[in-house]
Amino acid sequence: MIEMKDVYKTYPNGVIALNGISVRIKQGEFVYVVGPSGAGKSTFIKMMYREEKPTSGSIVINGVNLAKLKDSRVPLLRRHIGVVFQDFKLLPKLTVYENVAFALEVIEESPKVIKKKVMEVLDLVGLKNKARFYPNELSGGEQQRVSIARSIVNSPKIVIADEPTGNLDPENSWGIMELFEQINDRGTTIVMATHNREIVNTMKKRVIAIESGKIVRDEARGEYGYEA
Amino acid sequence: MRLSTLRRHARESLKSLGRNGWMTFASISAVTVTLLLVGVFLVIMFNMNHFANKIENDVEIRVYIDLTATDKDKQALKAQIEGISEVKDVQYSSKEQELQNLIKSFGEEGSSFRLFEQDNPLSDVYIVKAAKPTDTMKVAKKIETFKFAHKVRYGKGQVEKLFKTLRIARNVGLGLIVGLLFTAMFLISNTIKITIFARRREIEIMRLVGATNGFIRWPFFLEGLWLGVIGAIVPISLILFVYYNIYAFLKPKLTVPFLQLLPFNPFMWEISFVLLMLGACIGVWGSMMSVRKFLKV
Ligand SMILES: Nc1ncnc2c1ncn2[C@@H]1O[C@H](COP(=O)(O)OP(=O)(O)O)[C@@H](O)[C@H]1O
Ligand SMILES: [Mg+2]
Repeated sequence: MIEMKDVYKTYPNGVIALNGISVRIKQGEFVYVVGPSGAGKSTFIKMMYREEKPTSGSIVINGVNLAKLKDSRVPLLRRHIGVVFQDFKLLPKLTVYENVAFALEVIEESPKVIKKKVMEVLDLVGLKNKARFYPNELSGGEQQRVSIARSIVNSPKIVIADEPTGNLDPENSWGIMELFEQINDRGTTIVMATHNREIVNTMKKRVIAIESGKIVRDEARGEYGYEA
Repeated sequence: MRLSTLRRHARESLKSLGRNGWMTFASISAVTVTLLLVGVFLVIMFNMNHFANKIENDVEIRVYIDLTATDKDKQALKAQIEGISEVKDVQYSSKEQELQNLIKSFGEEGSSFRLFEQDNPLSDVYIVKAAKPTDTMKVAKKIETFKFAHKVRYGKGQVEKLFKTLRIARNVGLGLIVGLLFTAMFLISNTIKITIFARRREIEIMRLVGATNGFIRWPFFLEGLWLGVIGAIVPISLILFVYYNIYAFLKPKLTVPFLQLLPFNPFMWEISFVLLMLGACIGVWGSMMSVRKFLKV
């Protein structure tokens, strides 16, 4: 459960990125966040994994108010939230397997558990047979699958994604969307900012539209609503 | 911390040492030069202090008693000297004793003084010590005014000159060392900065997936530690080797009681320990400077 109340965010340079956002997202929902460039979608997403702090207002995730969360507690929060980006953020010198295992190693998971979890999740994203490949030996879609595998390897309750298909061709984008559906089917909440009109219109999920830092539309089975 | 985690940190930090090549070399060299100078300085300072303490303890006032003084006069003089509040100790030394001391101090050649045994030209002496060596001059001046104090002597000139030289040398040395310490720390912090930039992607991902700040810091902390500790190896070995030889060479030649080098053991082990710790501190400190500034964790 994610609940935002009257969230305002003014960046140090004076830009008001969020201008009074209130929203509730229940556990297991699949939510698209749409809106023009510069509307505040990324800022909205960053609030949820505490990359940015709100200037005012509250963001409560599973009972914890992120606005008041101490910096030292942020790592623990992040272990329960998976994050996926447009640019994959893979480490080029590590193999597929190592990239995913990295997420568990740095939170000091035991080697035995790491091996089991990584193989499971690589199987889920369909890359078990490419575990020894390096990122530059993979297509964009495959690289994004690795990054998704990494985001869910610790079994988070929430996965948030900022334009995960932004760098992919339509075919690869559909594959990635299917993967997110699959993850959502297991009960994981998904919040995804996207510019992909076709996907949003076809998938018929909840759509939150943000413009100038405000929610202008919130529909249960929404449409993209902007010209592509 | 898990053993596998510690191994991971160690591996990462060693990899960075190799990857940073010249910066690693420059940092280690800076630590080496710094610690070498610190080491030489410490060795000299401690030895000088050792001399100074010996001499200081030897600062005594010799009061030559007038030849015409009777036993009673001597008693009165002693009482007067003991009456001075700064005086700690008054010892009587008869002229016969003085002659024996003289003969002894000249060793072999001293025997030629034996002919004075029949007709001793020396005076009886009171040997006076002030409670604080720095009060020596004051006490001596007072005693000079007493009756039957024929002559008053003390080694003021040398002692004060030595202390003054020592103080100047210490200050100059300290200034130099502080400058060098900062240079070494600065170089190390720069090396760590390079590592941080080389690994910024990794750090970003570590943060995203919930690695703790402590975990993220460890490899940098270790890299700094290695730089400092490796930098301490050459200075320690060199100082041990050179001091050992100097000590072996000079020991038989330095026969004057207060002019003695500090013995190799435990002095050299103490110096080695200090240098090693100093190296480690420079390394960790330099590393922490960059970690605080560039890691923002
Ligand atoms: N770190 C930042 N510092 C200052 N301004 C920012 C920062 N990040 C975003 N902004 C500004 O905030 C506004 C919203 O940005 P963003 O949330 O990235 O929008 P979107 O993802 O919808 O394109 C924009 O005007 C952007 O320039
Ligand atoms: Mg954005």
